[in-house]
Amino acid sequence: MNLTMTPEETKAVPGAPAEKSPPAPQRFENKPAPAPATPASRPVAALAVKNLSVFFGKHQVLKNVSINIEARAVTAIIGPSGCGKSTFLRSLNRMHELVATARMEGDIRLFDQDIYGKDVEPVIVRRRVGMVFQKSNPFPTMTIGENVTVGLRLNGVRNRAVLAEQTEKSLRMAALWDEVKDRLNAPAVSLSGGQQQRLCIARALAVQPEVLLMDEPASALDPLATSKIEDLIRELRKDYTIVIVTHNMQQAARASDHTAFFYLGELVEFGPTSQIFTNPKQKRTEDYVTGRFG
Amino acid sequence: MERIIVIDMDLDALKQKLLTMASHAETAVNEALRALLERDYELALRVKENDRVIDQLEVEIDDLAIHLLARAPLASDLRLVTVAMKISQNLERVGDEATKIAKRARDLSQEPPVKVVIDLPRMAKLALDLLKGALDAFVNRDPIAARAVIPRDKEVDGLNKQVTEQLAQHMMENPDTIKRCLNLITISRSLERIADHATNVAEEVVYLYEAQDIRHTGKTGKAGL
Repeated sequence: MNLTMTPEETKAVPGAPAEKSPPAPQRFENKPAPAPATPASRPVAALAVKNLSVFFGKHQVLKNVSINIEARAVTAIIGPSGCGKSTFLRSLNRMHELVATARMEGDIRLFDQDIYGKDVEPVIVRRRVGMVFQKSNPFPTMTIGENVTVGLRLNGVRNRAVLAEQTEKSLRMAALWDEVKDRLNAPAVSLSGGQQQRLCIARALAVQPEVLLMDEPASALDPLATSKIEDLIRELRKDYTIVIVTHNMQQAARASDHTAFFYLGELVEFGPTSQIFTNPKQKRTEDYVTGRFG
Repeated sequence: MERIIVIDMDLDALKQKLLTMASHAETAVNEALRALLERDYELALRVKENDRVIDQLEVEIDDLAIHLLARAPLASDLRLVTVAMKISQNLERVGDEATKIAKRARDLSQEPPVKVVIDLPRMAKLALDLLKGALDAFVNRDPIAARAVIPRDKEVDGLNKQVTEQLAQHMMENPDTIKRCLNLITISRSLERIADHATNVAEEVVYLYEAQDIRHTGKTGKAGL
């Protein structure tokens, strides 16, 4: 099932999972999304960011960033602390609106639709562009199963069969099903850290987003749990567009297709991951990835 | 900050060892040729003996490189570590070729000289020039000089062919010199191999400084040309 788009729209949105849809809540445009202008032979941009600047009060955190995030690929965002990585990520699903002093300029289009358009509900944007945080944050009073379906239930889905089906599907996609299928009613906090993080990924997937944003999803995990998250990221890219912020250069090298290096609020370099890590074009990128600063 | 200092120190150590190895390999070739030309039996034996030092340096460079790789270096650091491993392998083989030349020089020094005019000295100078050129390009961070080394390998190939043909002709006409001529053919072949290894080193130097892999492409010009 799909809460965010009609079947007609699904056809027009390349990154969307093809599923039957119950009555959908409003989305930010009533007409179907136009097909992306990019020719089929070239990568489709899931997110087209143009001249993005973000300010917190008088402080400019992002400076005129333009970047196309390829659909069904993993894009890693790297850079030293305070370079604007997380700000960039949060601007992709309008999370800044939760901060009173934040202001943005520029244009961000999700499959060619302006996500900051006048009639666009931020809640719907956040449903289409899901987010997983650095620290796993399952709802502590809920069971494992309830955590997965909370988004659907908040959207009014009551049908138990639908909820059960979506629970299994999301947990399978998050590579957690086999570990928790016999204890869906156990508290979410009974899971290990790595499992909790995969539960949060399952929760994000349950509402069937088109894009998944991950802010340092494995930084609090041990190497084995990290490797499971990275495997999962590689697997999910078949169906989703993924943007991951990471401090771990090897993680970016292992898990991503494209890498963007941010420094002092600017996008310094963006290119294929293999190029950024073996032959960066910019000296600042070279200095950062070899650990000479940052 | 501490991590950077440590990795920089180890990268410097890696470069130092590689330079030490390069200088031993160059010396080995020089001395093997001197043993040949001056018919110096003792010197030929010493070259063979010194090859152990080169072999040991290859092991040490690999060991250090593996330790560095475990720390997951990136960009130019990553290129340096992988290139160091490949250059050291080529230098080890240069050392082996020098040993081969020394062995043949040792045998030849015990027999009367062959009366044949072949251009082994020119070939030896050229092969040594290529080796020196490739190693200087590494030290001087000069990929253009490295690129200049590569096409000159063809000259050595041509000389090897010419020397081999001359010696074959001489053997047919003077069957009593066959054994000595075969030794000279082996030496010529070793010089040709040394030039090949020098070319390999030059290609690695281009990769190190320009991140362009020019192996098996026939391209030696500036990137993009």
